[in-house]
Amino acid sequence: MKGLFEHIGIEPGRLQFSWISSAEATKFVEVARAVAKEVKALGPAGHLIKRRAEVA
Amino acid sequence: MMLEYTEKIRKTAKKLLEDGKVDVFIGYKKGSVAMMNEPVLITNPDHVDLLYWDSNCGLNLCNYLTGRTDRVGIVANGCNSRNIVTHIVENQIKRDQLYIVGIPCKGMIDHRAVQRAVKQREILEINEEGDGFTVKGMGFEETFEKKNYLQGNCAVCTHRNPVEYDEMIAEPVEEQEGVEAYRDVEKIEEMEPGKKWGFFTRLIERCIRCYACRNACPLCYCPTCFVDESQPQWVGKSSDPTDTMTFHLLRAYHCAGRCTDCGACERVCPMGISMRQFTKKLNKDSLDLFSWEAGLTLDQRPPLDVYRPDDYNDFIK
Repeated sequence: MKGLFEHIGIEPGRLQFSWISSAEATKFVEVARAVAKEVKALGPAGHLIKRRAEVA
Repeated sequence: MMLEYTEKIRKTAKKLLEDGKVDVFIGYKKGSVAMMNEPVLITNPDHVDLLYWDSNCGLNLCNYLTGRTDRVGIVANGCNSRNIVTHIVENQIKRDQLYIVGIPCKGMIDHRAVQRAVKQREILEINEEGDGFTVKGMGFEETFEKKNYLQGNCAVCTHRNPVEYDEMIAEPVEEQEGVEAYRDVEKIEEMEPGKKWGFFTRLIERCIRCYACRNACPLCYCPTCFVDESQPQWVGKSSDPTDTMTFHLLRAYHCAGRCTDCGACERVCPMGISMRQFTKKLNKDSLDLFSWEAGLTLDQRPPLDVYRPDDYNDFIK
């Protein structure tokens, strides 16, 4: 999944996967923080976004 | 050689139908347009002379096997036989329903490349002889070497001989050695993300969302395709670039670990889009990460079908 997304030009880091058990609250916080930080650094997403038609 | 194949296919089909070994025989017949052979389903042994074989049999016959309950004779070259195996593994047909007539294959002709070579003049006839072929039209006749006009997938094919068959129509052909099957994918892998995006955006720019690629693909046998569903509507039906990209991405993912690179999708695209660039990346990943090539064996479940403790999982944090 990640492979093809990055192959077509989605920035590495934009798409992330993790496996967190319901008992792993600490891991959840860590992963969420790390993902948010990485994605913020990449800036707003520019690809695969559908904009509403602009009506004059 | 091609005429020889045709004769043998006809003979085999006639015998199978007459002996009642199969209810239907699936092969190719000459198309109404040159270089466009069509699939044909034959039930009457007197009609076997319709059957034909040359290097314009690029459609995948496996499409006609899905869900059949009768006994079927079918011709199969390397890639088609791998799709038959995939069909059996995915419970779309049973092995004992099938009589597979194996055809060693030296590749199909890229009709677009030939069309370009004759400057888009209308080709009315094509004849093959040895390693070459001659095309004829109004006021022209040109001969080409087949190896220079192979379909993209055939040029890098390493499974020309059928993997599963009940009888072979001829001696196996030599497999191609040393082909760089994934050189094109590697080239893209080396690009920066922005360039990659540009490449794929331009690649599908012309897509008119006719879904011919899906229809020609033997892997696409869902009763309702995700693109045709409206509740929920997974993907927009417009030709908005994001919708089109979503379609191509998802189509490719549905073929992950299943695609045999038969090239039918590209062959049928009315816009000449090279959508194999999507599936080839997944084929390459299947090979690199799971040592898997689709349809080579009936004895192993596909990688996305089974869990192994040592499965690749570096992408999970």
